[in-house]
Amino acid sequence: MSPRRTETGGRIDRLRTIRFTFDGAAYTGHAGDTLASALLASGVTLFGRSFKYHRPRGLLSAGVEEPNALVTVLRGEVREPNIPATMVEIYDGLVAVSQNRTPSLAWDIGAINQLGGKILSAGFYYKTFMGPVIGPLKGTRFWMFCEHFIRRAAGLGKAGTAPDPARYGRMNAFCDVLVVGSGPAGLMAAKAAADQGARVILADLEANLGGSANWSGETIDGMPAADWAQRMAAQLAGNDNVRLLPRTTVWGYYDGNTLAALERVTDHKEVAATGEPRQRYWAIRAGTVVLATGSFERPLVFPGNDRPGVMLAHAAERYANEYGVLPGQRIALFTNNDSAYRSAVALKKAGAAVVAIIDVRGDISNEMRRLTSDAGAELLAGHAVVATEGGKALTGLKVQRFDAMSGSLSGDERSIHADNLLMSGGWSPTIHLASQAGAKAEWDPARQAFLPPKPTQRWIGAGAFTGSFSTAEAIAEGRAAGLQAAGGAVSSGPLPVVEAAPGDPNPAPVFEIKAKGKSFVDFQHDVTAEDVRLAHREGFVSVEHLKRYTTLGMATDQGKNSNVPGLAIMAEALGKPIPEVGTTRFRPPYTAVSIGSLAAERFGDLKPERLTPMHDWHIANGARMYSAGLWYRPMIYGLPGETVEQAYVREARATRESAGIVDVSTLGKIAVQGPDAAEFLDRVYTNMFSTLAVGKARYGLMLREDGLAFDDGTTWRLGEQDFLMTTTTANAGKVMQHLEYFLDVIWPELKVTVTSVTDEWAGAAIGGPKARAILASCVTGTAVDNATLPFMGIVHGRIAGVPVMICRLSFSGEMAFEVYSGAGYGTRVWEALIEAGKPFGLVTYGLEALGTMRIEKGHVTGAEIDGRTTARDLHLDWMLSKKKPFIGSAMMDREGLIASDRLQLVGVVALDNRPLNGGGHIVEELDEANPHDSLGHITACCYSPALGKYIALALVKGGKARHGTRAFVSDPLRNRFGPVEIVSNHFYDPDGSRMHG
Amino acid sequence: MAEYSAFSLLKNALAGNKDWKPAWRKPDPKASYDVIVIGGGGHGLSTAYYLAKEHGITNVAVLEKGWLGSGNVGRNTTAVRSNYLLPQNTRFYEHSMKLWENLSHDLNYNVMFSQRGCLNLAHTPAHLDDYARRGNAMRHLGVDAELMSVDQIKRLVPALDVSGSARFPVLGGLMQPRAGTARHDAVAWGYARGADRRGVDIIENCEVTGFLRDGDRITGVSTTRGEIRAKKVALAVAGSTGHVMQLAGISHMPIESHVLQAFVSESLKPVIDTVLTFGMGHFYISQSDKGGLVYGGDLDGYNSYAQRGSLPIVDEVMSEMLALFPGLARVRMLRSWGGLCDMTMDGSPIITTGPLPGMYLNAGWCYGGFKATPASGWCFAYTIAKDEPHEFNAPFTLDRFYRGLIIDDKGQGATPRLH
Amino acid sequence: MLITCPYCGPRDVIEFTYQGDGNRERPQPASQDLDAWNAYVYDRLNPAGDHNEIWQHSGGCRAHLRVVRNTITHEILSTAFARGGHKSADNRAEGRS
Repeated sequence: MSPRRTETGGRIDRLRTIRFTFDGAAYTGHAGDTLASALLASGVTLFGRSFKYHRPRGLLSAGVEEPNALVTVLRGEVREPNIPATMVEIYDGLVAVSQNRTPSLAWDIGAINQLGGKILSAGFYYKTFMGPVIGPLKGTRFWMFCEHFIRRAAGLGKAGTAPDPARYGRMNAFCDVLVVGSGPAGLMAAKAAADQGARVILADLEANLGGSANWSGETIDGMPAADWAQRMAAQLAGNDNVRLLPRTTVWGYYDGNTLAALERVTDHKEVAATGEPRQRYWAIRAGTVVLATGSFERPLVFPGNDRPGVMLAHAAERYANEYGVLPGQRIALFTNNDSAYRSAVALKKAGAAVVAIIDVRGDISNEMRRLTSDAGAELLAGHAVVATEGGKALTGLKVQRFDAMSGSLSGDERSIHADNLLMSGGWSPTIHLASQAGAKAEWDPARQAFLPPKPTQRWIGAGAFTGSFSTAEAIAEGRAAGLQAAGGAVSSGPLPVVEAAPGDPNPAPVFEIKAKGKSFVDFQHDVTAEDVRLAHREGFVSVEHLKRYTTLGMATDQGKNSNVPGLAIMAEALGKPIPEVGTTRFRPPYTAVSIGSLAAERFGDLKPERLTPMHDWHIANGARMYSAGLWYRPMIYGLPGETVEQAYVREARATRESAGIVDVSTLGKIAVQGPDAAEFLDRVYTNMFSTLAVGKARYGLMLREDGLAFDDGTTWRLGEQDFLMTTTTANAGKVMQHLEYFLDVIWPELKVTVTSVTDEWAGAAIGGPKARAILASCVTGTAVDNATLPFMGIVHGRIAGVPVMICRLSFSGEMAFEVYSGAGYGTRVWEALIEAGKPFGLVTYGLEALGTMRIEKGHVTGAEIDGRTTARDLHLDWMLSKKKPFIGSAMMDREGLIASDRLQLVGVVALDNRPLNGGGHIVEELDEANPHDSLGHITACCYSPALGKYIALALVKGGKARHGTRAFVSDPLRNRFGPVEIVSNHFYDPDGSRMHG
Repeated sequence: MAEYSAFSLLKNALAGNKDWKPAWRKPDPKASYDVIVIGGGGHGLSTAYYLAKEHGITNVAVLEKGWLGSGNVGRNTTAVRSNYLLPQNTRFYEHSMKLWENLSHDLNYNVMFSQRGCLNLAHTPAHLDDYARRGNAMRHLGVDAELMSVDQIKRLVPALDVSGSARFPVLGGLMQPRAGTARHDAVAWGYARGADRRGVDIIENCEVTGFLRDGDRITGVSTTRGEIRAKKVALAVAGSTGHVMQLAGISHMPIESHVLQAFVSESLKPVIDTVLTFGMGHFYISQSDKGGLVYGGDLDGYNSYAQRGSLPIVDEVMSEMLALFPGLARVRMLRSWGGLCDMTMDGSPIITTGPLPGMYLNAGWCYGGFKATPASGWCFAYTIAKDEPHEFNAPFTLDRFYRGLIIDDKGQGATPRLH
Repeated sequence: MLITCPYCGPRDVIEFTYQGDGNRERPQPASQDLDAWNAYVYDRLNPAGDHNEIWQHSGGCRAHLRVVRNTITHEILSTAFARGGHKSADNRAEGRS
């Protein structure tokens, strides 16, 4: 029997022993224990170290708000840091370690910071570490030197770098009523809504549904509340229209009544079942939400309130009643309200000695006096705790007379021997989700708490969430909320009968006992009451300034313990009521959420891969692939021993000498069809398409509305009302959206439909002097001679029995053809072309050779149409029709867009016969040490086999006027400097005789 | 007022920290000022500071509707960098960088500017060329930039997945070593204290409800704390620009207000020692001195004044984060928030005289405003004092859009959500 | 945020692409009024409150919708097909928030 485990009671399975380790030491607990309850049962009092002073800390709470007992859970090499021990369900083989201590939790060198004491007050960072103004540590150097050490001292747990093998799931769910919280209010709401036939989801962050019923010790309908809750949950589980989600934290309330929740599916298991994700992310669209999220007990602020052994009163009650663990043998309680009396009785019943109840209030009701005697405790009314004693565990405390009105202490200190001090500073409704939903909380002076705001979305509150702290009220409000949420009529039927200890829900407005010693407000971040007052003295008085200056409420518990006490202390310093200091708006998440769960199914699979129909062929035939947006495209088809440059030079040269073939399936393809299709294209393109004959294609240019170049490509007229538009690979989606926008919003009168057909067609471009002969040898059903298939002509035929559409157009500058077939037959056509090309020396080529040939021709792509260039900059002004308006025509001639010093497209030849680099800059005056006065930059470059030179395209200031002049490439990033000549971008075959053939 | 130093900390500690004075006074507004700056955020406060420091104009009021620094200076991801593509932006942000480098000394307030570098990851060869273009552009303006190899990146950020098997493998990156992060709130407080010490009145909880006019000319403002007259009225209200300009009768602006979310993880021991951006999406991350990972991504993508984000962006940002750092899947997101971004039509800011006589406008910071804070105030103060722009902000006019003199670093055109 | 597409019903915002201020008036294609073009391309109403805007159901039926949405609360007040004219308020009755 572990020293603190009770003989009976609790909802643990005493027959099942679980073995685990904490900081390397072996422990046991029972099924149903949390790491906190199991360690507590084993006599552990020291759980963690605080952030700044590295003070020893024990358990403050039993739940999600725990600020002190943070651990790292290990699964092999995979680490999960900063998990409250109160939220870790133990399993066989659990390995947990403490954090933020060197070398051990008991002996932490960081505790030396406590000696810094008053120097390390709030905001001290801002006032020092600035260092000398001159010398080697001027500027930011001294601070960065200090920062190095500060960073290592700060932080809590250590993140892992080993890849997480777990899977994270995601579920989109829809329901009529989402009930958040499964205490008596939530259970009643879920039941009432379910009985109306509503689709209900009931979520609770704890493993066992029931909320406070699991530990309150109350009686409902004649049975222990915990049994009542279990029975209710079982009834709900039997309903087809109810989904129960235990271990599920609803952490975000978003627009449109969309709520985000995290289900911990297998964190409590030694081994996950096949297919089970570690966690599941729920996006729940709810008709109505019932918020039955309960409330948090608040700590009191007094000297030594952070000593291990000082705990929230309800937490001790919970440890005793739910886990069968006594947090101490000699227990004292310190309170400003009635709820702690019930805790005292519960602990007495569980077997502890309750030595004293210290109540700041002078007047204690007879009912509370009776509970005090039930607990066998001494009542110290009108008293306060002024000190605690002990090192890593509490040994005693000191009390003094206290006047709640003035806050003054009097009389002699009296020592009380105790190993556990329980405190209750009143209760704060858990209004986080309501606040996230968009409205401001309201201060209730009676409850001394922020109550939920008026709903701004479709939610209804019930129970302690609304400030109704008794179980009877929770049950009534829960049922009413459930009925209302499900659209049912108000019921006057009998409600479950509750037997509970009496108590006034209103606390005395006492938050702090001012006595000598450090009194903590934010436990994890070591923010003391003095720090709050220092913030006040320095003018950081609004709630946000208080938070930011002192870091109060910024710890992992996000102010769940510290928010109201901190505000109260500031309000007192200001002499203002609490609401005038303000409350912070809560934002998602309610509790920290694993990043893996948020990525869910995209963890390890960020974006889809787009593959062309011929992808497998490319891989099988030695292509090195290149990632272009979401697509994969062949870069080169390298031969053994070839460099990339050797490969693309070979491919390009062979294409220009005989023939080459390239996969162009990635080009965007849009069917533009309808009676007004030609008119529409005239408006969209800068040049005319209505004049294009059926069976012909034309190169087109589009501008944006602001007059800058947008995209280019060829469009084929397949029929009078039927066009096939091609776009660049990168802009396929954008162009589609652009066309749809104009048809839907601007010109709805045009009878045109546009359809993205990119994935319907496989495309192969075959070019070179022998390209026509190759086609002639494999195409049936049509001739491909100059008369049948002139430049920009289109024919239909078959290759290997597959219907194909062939357009004679050229990107490479050679006599070339684009062959389109249905995507499913792409590889068959491709292989037939390869086979037909063998006698002619056909090569496959990749993007590098494609790029090389287009640079030689001076064609533009996305590197030049970069969203900042105009048609004129790219020497495409010949395409700007003067006969008609088009998108961008009215805006394209504004003064800034026609200035002569704009970046204009030019060709560049390396005069030192060395490779150029994309992104290198062009200068008039070479200064390698201090490069300056850039004229522009290289957009694309290659070795040109046709010219036998290293060449590039560049955008250069006033470039057109510089043709024939000398300049320099200046590329300090890669240390490439040297002379270049600026020339026309049309390097090769400028009159196009080769492609016209 | 006393200087801040290690010595003053010790002295005050010995006195029980009872003698610290407010960081800035809480004066009531006077009837009139030489200059009113509307907006007590980073830019408004730095404007007031440099008006006093550089131009000797100290009869200045900064009007803040809520608490000081409640706008974007207190809700950003704290990165400071000058790694822009276009020279107009690079020159301006580099001026800012130089002010940052001495800011803690200048203000006698430690703004914790940590020059830990900013690394843009490249994932395709074309990407590397783009970054080379940008880095070379910076170098030709005297700004530090270097390309990093995958090996160098691996050494700098061991937690990063640089394996070739990643969906978007890291091929290299562009590093600006002098870039880094600063403690955002401290920047607001430091400027406030600095301006206050030079005589500027900082007036909180004072909302501007209208403009006082003499014909076209702006002669002051009406506020929730009464009318205040001024020779010059300067606006630095970021996401509220549209709203405040409407009070002045200008209904349309080349600005949309969008919401941008940011996220912080729980505190961790140091794991990322630089500012890092992902190239195949939109994601940036750094780690605060307290240990929280601070990160963000794209705008939510629609007009909003709600300071509240949507779920799809949360999912997107986290997914991109784990594409880079698959080992951080069990780290937990602790806080999220939304900031209002005044997105312009080209992604670059506006610092100008006008558009009405007596008015000066500082706006359009998109989501680059934090790093601009020193230079924005410095240039705006110059513009207010001299009635003409400094060469650093001369390109950032309001009429540049209409004249086609757009400064479009991302090349996206007049679609603010894409900048 | 849920937007009710008149074709598809209520759908999550992730399915939609924002296409901006729906108050903008595009000049006639042949118009040479540069001020009008500039206003159309660059100027925005940007209200804090109800906003008339265009969304495309890009992850669904791809129709463009005219949506009235509050930029402070994100409440959707009405949705209708954008097709059928610029400022026709009649269509709004089709949508519901």
